Amino acid sequence: MTPNRIDTRALARRLRAHAIRMTHLARASHVGSCLSMADIMAVLHGAVLKLDPTRPDWPERDRLVVSKGHAAAIVYAALAELGFLPVAELDTYSADGGRLSGHVTRTVPGVELSTGSLGHGLPVAAGMALAAQRYGAAWRSFCIVSDGELDEGSNWEAIQFAQQFRLENLVLVVDYNKIQSFGRVSEVSELHPLPEKFRAFNWGVHELDGHDHDALLAALSGPPPLPGRPTAIVAHTVKGKGVSFMEDQLAWHYRSADAAQLAAALAEVEAGR
Amino acid sequence: MRTETIDALTAHARANPDIMLLTADLGYSVLERFAEALPAQYANVGVCEQAMVGIAAGLALSGHRVVLYSIANFPTLRCLEQLRNDVCYHALPVTVIAVGGGLAYGAQGYTHHGVEDLGIMAALPHMAVACPADPHEAVELLPQLLERRLPAYLRLGRSGEPVLHDAATPVTLERAIWLRRGADVAMLATGPILGRALAAAEALAARGISASVASFPGIRPLDEEAVREAGRTHRAVLTIEEHSVSGGLGTRVAETLLAAGLSPRFGKYGVTDALRGQIGSQSWLLDRLGPVEDHAAALL
Repeated sequence: MTPNRIDTRALARRLRAHAIRMTHLARASHVGSCLSMADIMAVLHGAVLKLDPTRPDWPERDRLVVSKGHAAAIVYAALAELGFLPVAELDTYSADGGRLSGHVTRTVPGVELSTGSLGHGLPVAAGMALAAQRYGAAWRSFCIVSDGELDEGSNWEAIQFAQQFRLENLVLVVDYNKIQSFGRVSEVSELHPLPEKFRAFNWGVHELDGHDHDALLAALSGPPPLPGRPTAIVAHTVKGKGVSFMEDQLAWHYRSADAAQLAAALAEVEAGR
Repeated sequence: MRTETIDALTAHARANPDIMLLTADLGYSVLERFAEALPAQYANVGVCEQAMVGIAAGLALSGHRVVLYSIANFPTLRCLEQLRNDVCYHALPVTVIAVGGGLAYGAQGYTHHGVEDLGIMAALPHMAVACPADPHEAVELLPQLLERRLPAYLRLGRSGEPVLHDAATPVTLERAIWLRRGADVAMLATGPILGRALAAAEALAARGISASVASFPGIRPLDEEAVREAGRTHRAVLTIEEHSVSGGLGTRVAETLLAAGLSPRFGKYGVTDALRGQIGSQSWLLDRLGPVEDHAAALL
């Protein structure tokens, strides 16, 4: 099912608003992580991924594994916007007895993998890509990781594996917002020069502004930069992007908006700054 | 045991093209025939057990049944969280085969002693845990694990384990196999150490002690009725396993007896902390634990 070319910028605004409202209602953390990847999610869901909300298990669908499972709010928001679940259900995020857990869970229609412990998603996405390769199937396997998550060695095991098995159908997006859970990446475990790391592992690389929809669309839907090899998209992003007082702040990995902050944040998102 | 098992896997996979075998770069002289016969169903992913389990989950989520092969603790403890989250949380059809279970690689040192695997694997949701005593049990269990289409662990010895059953003996994951019936002590064993239990029964008979011997091919599910029967009909129960005395067969038998209100004299023969750091052949290390028959007789 070819995706409808919807207005991805408008979709990104709605995803941001959902995530801010959901984490506010649930008094949940990780809103900054959600806003950081809002544009990546909007372009993927609005213009790239081949999905069918009426058939979440459609065998020919593209796979998206969100390895940074703590950004669950925006994952559920994207799936709701596509029709995998009711938008009204988003208000039950992290609620007692609900199904929208604080780390993404496969029991939610459209979620490919339950994640939450970091470093698990990319090996699984690589396995999905290997399955498509062995089947001769056309679907692609996408994975989104956080930058801090790349500290986990299991990712590098999978990065090595994917080049050896020529998984051209595997696309990794790094949400490179430069802040990890207890400090700046540069101060905790420096990743620079990240594109060169992927190139050294025989991956094709795009390096781009992770809030630039045109650049994201071209990279996500275009041919692989290194034919026959997996693709890494190093997406430079800003944690908390779209809400001035949340941007580039470690604190918004943990805080949720209070009532006044909610109104201010939603107004900023609506204005599309 | 490992060669017979991989031959059985090859035959089963030939008839079931959804089965894939992954190895983390181990299996020299064992896996070649599978790889050559069924190359599209085989991958050596490299020395990366964490990624191997994740890759297996991705394949399983895409319609495959996946078998993982490695030795000792590498496909279990090294990648425990991947098994827990990626495989068991998602209830996926992934079967882990570990060769060199127990003290089979005794002289290689404690890194290669797989003596906590049964208890740890049995704690994971959906996970079946099988510990065959001989090649016959192993080849009978493998298809049963694959057909469950759920997480499973198959702990094998290495090579050269003697055949303890005749070829017509039915083997199921869920049922213990009584090899000898006696009245005084029931010796409940899992894995190739069953051979020592049978020898101990002979030694006990010479001392005028009547012993039963049962093999438990499955640790989970455990044949609880066989455990209760042992507790009801014998003065003593001794569990025998090439595994830590904590968490494995002995622990599961004890809790089954307790839950049934049965209190025979009870003992666990297995690996204790005294063995950690010791090296030697499998039989030399097991000898350090003392004769099985002495443990059994001491209960009476």
